[in-house]
Amino acid sequence: MRPYRPKDNVQKKSYYTDRFWVAPRIPEEPVEDEIFKADLRTLKKEIKVKKAYIQRGQLVIIIDAKDNVKALQVLKEKCGYDILSEMSAIDYLAQDGEFEIFYQLLAMSKRKRVRVKCRIKEDEAIESVEPLFRSADWSEREMYDMFGIKVNNHPYLKRILMPEDWVGYPLRKTYPLHGDEAAQWYEVDKIFGKEYREIIGPEQRDAAYISTTDTCNFARIYHEVPRCADPNSEPEKIESFNEDAPLVETFDLKKSKIVDKTR
Amino acid sequence: MAQHQINSLANAGLPVALTTVDKLVNWGRTNSLWVLTYGLACCAIEMMASGASRYDFDRFGVIFRASPRQADVMIVAGTLTKKHAEFIRRLYDQMAEPKWVISMGSCANTGGMFNTYATVQGVDRVIPVDIYLPGCAPRPETLQYAVMLLQKKLRKRSIFQKQKPKRLV
Repeated sequence: MRPYRPKDNVQKKSYYTDRFWVAPRIPEEPVEDEIFKADLRTLKKEIKVKKAYIQRGQLVIIIDAKDNVKALQVLKEKCGYDILSEMSAIDYLAQDGEFEIFYQLLAMSKRKRVRVKCRIKEDEAIESVEPLFRSADWSEREMYDMFGIKVNNHPYLKRILMPEDWVGYPLRKTYPLHGDEAAQWYEVDKIFGKEYREIIGPEQRDAAYISTTDTCNFARIYHEVPRCADPNSEPEKIESFNEDAPLVETFDLKKSKIVDKTR
Repeated sequence: MAQHQINSLANAGLPVALTTVDKLVNWGRTNSLWVLTYGLACCAIEMMASGASRYDFDRFGVIFRASPRQADVMIVAGTLTKKHAEFIRRLYDQMAEPKWVISMGSCANTGGMFNTYATVQGVDRVIPVDIYLPGCAPRPETLQYAVMLLQKKLRKRSIFQKQKPKRLV
């Protein structure tokens, strides 16, 4: 659970206008927990650990990408971390030219969580941990689907969410939110063929879009023309009501009658 | 005399009602619009609610079918993803003529709030739509009103008139 912070003055803090505001980082603490210390000792006997620290009560171990299967095997078989609750990648290509791959492990017997991190270059592949954890099967497929990271010795490496003929990897930072050209025309190309692009037209993604030249779908106030007419044509004359005629009659005191008493 | 006895003196002395073929066929057609259930997202919950006993879509002759061969109307209820677009077109093509489409909810109309790479920005990019039903999600009454509008549209149409190829966008 994250610590609660009072949100009364949230509006007063100008996070979005302060150019010098730096996002707070979660502090890295030294490993002092006895259980984590023992686990780290066991792991260090088998593989090279680059760095290890505690973040929010969870042990974070940074290793070399070659040792990922070995590290997870040691943690599973010798330290009791028998659940791979999550694994995926983070795109640091622009920053470092690398992907960071993380494995989040849980030991139900110890009530402890460990995160194993490693980094690979864009053209490198990672070894599959599917033989150790069955849950890695779909997670690695999703990683391949979303980041384009190849996984060696995976039983069925195929896109899991996007269609198989999709171009590009959507969760990379360089991928546009509205999709690249192949994505924007995907359904048109697939169903009708590329020659239908002109007939169907590009996607309209602006929710407040109003065209002044399109009289089939939009009406211009005070410039009413018949449907699908030439937008430059003269607007139709609209008969307005007589503005002098009173909508409400004035109250005539003489015609009224004052009731003596009410029931 | 029994209440239900036919009054033969009405209708020019004959137990006959005169009408046109158009009216007769359209009467049958409008009152038995079988719809293809196309629940894609949360709008499907409202569509199911319209079919259930409280709103009772059967009153309109609307009966949900799970097969495109038996359906006249397709109610696209929910977000259409690009991966699914080819299947919605295939199911639309499998429906027998004449056929109509109701686009239910913001996502089916324009892509709604899913302004992303993976969502089709309106089902009318893939299949021709007759009635656009706004709302997120539309209430069952709104869906029933959309079907009533569709019935109104059908009544105006002559049965011998060939169905014009529909404008896609």
